[in-house]
Amino acid sequence: MTNATQEWPLFEIFIRGQHGLSHRHVGSLHAPDAEMAIKNARDVYTRRNEGVSIWVVQASDIAASSPEEKGSLYEPANDKVYRHPTFFDIPDEVGAM
Amino acid sequence: MYAQMIKSTGEGVKSLDEMDPQERAFQERINAGGKIEPKDWMPDGYRKNLIRQIGQHAHSEIVGQLPEGNWITRAPTLERKAILLAKVQDEAGHGLYLYCAAETLGVTRDQLTRDLLSGKMKYSSIFNYPTLTWADMGAVGWLVDGAAIMNQVPLQRTSYGPYARAMVRICKEESFHQRQGYDIMMKMAKGTEAQKKMAQDALNRFWGPALMMFGPSDENSVHSAQSMAWKIKMNSNDELRQKFVDECVPQAEYLGLTVPDPELKWNEERGHYDFTQPDWDEFFDVLRGNGPCNTERLEARNKAWDDGAWVRDGLMAHAAKKRAAKLAAE
Ligand SMILES: [Fe+2]
Ligand SMILES: [Fe+2]
Ligand SMILES: [Fe+2]
Repeated sequence: MTNATQEWPLFEIFIRGQHGLSHRHVGSLHAPDAEMAIKNARDVYTRRNEGVSIWVVQASDIAASSPEEKGSLYEPANDKVYRHPTFFDIPDEVGAM
Repeated sequence: MYAQMIKSTGEGVKSLDEMDPQERAFQERINAGGKIEPKDWMPDGYRKNLIRQIGQHAHSEIVGQLPEGNWITRAPTLERKAILLAKVQDEAGHGLYLYCAAETLGVTRDQLTRDLLSGKMKYSSIFNYPTLTWADMGAVGWLVDGAAIMNQVPLQRTSYGPYARAMVRICKEESFHQRQGYDIMMKMAKGTEAQKKMAQDALNRFWGPALMMFGPSDENSVHSAQSMAWKIKMNSNDELRQKFVDECVPQAEYLGLTVPDPELKWNEERGHYDFTQPDWDEFFDVLRGNGPCNTERLEARNKAWDDGAWVRDGLMAHAAKKRAAKLAAE
């Protein structure tokens, strides 16, 4: 068993489905570079026409929020219920709004 | 199943009161049906068990290509050949989805590969049996993929997010596998006398090994309680095995083939078929490396890895060169 070089870098794969939705994360794969990552993603993640567009991003380039910050990041939204339309009572007579 | 012999910590399952606050919060989240994601805190045992389980599962998908790959060049028609090729390619994809799930737990792909090639990590015992005739492609799709589905469908609800998502993708593709296998069996079973015999022979050889795929009997799988509590195992081995038998018997009847078990009969009271347990001595022997094809399978994987080294290295060198040229041009 040879172990000449280090392994190919990890790429995260994002695919836009057929129906005009945003690109969605589908998984990851290893490839020597971005170009090959796209070719490999075609074979690994779109064997059944799952997509019309592929993005690849080297995993080491992704910055992510950490689970510990969940509170401080999202709590400020909790006391602003007026951002949701259901906060306001509109009389039935007004019709659809 | 695809991960048949997962040895967990063996410490027994702690009650919520025995856990420290962090572990308790973790367990309560699982109990409530929540998902654990890669960056979340998790107990060491959970991480280790999952790496072993997902790794074994991935290795099984990869090694599982070999028995079927054996027939791609000899498929009876061009259409059958294209179908089998697509099926085997799916299995490579399954291996890759699962490796990528395992890697989110902090193990590298190279480490997993090394552990497979050295024999340190296992793969499902089923892939250590030979595929002797074309009918075996039918039996493998019908029974082996059928057993895999039985196990993988509930795993779509497993607690570890990346594993659950890989399972969703895999399950979408598996029913094609099982159906193409059953389709081969239907053709063979309705064919000439010789073809029918071939189909029966394939069923005879794969029935026992397929039952073994679910792992040892519940009374002998001492480590499942913790895995069940963590929801990385959703059903007991015997439960799934019974479900598999109940599903297969009518399918075999439709084919006009005989399940090779003289004790097999419907038990009205239980609402299930009674059946004979597979040969567990054979099972443990195959796991120890003494099955008919263990050596051949590992040799084939090692050869593929070694023969592919120049491609991996060459593409890396090419990518580095292109990067350097791009930098120089800027
Ligand atoms: Fe598979
Ligand atoms: Fe399959
Ligand atoms: Fe499979």
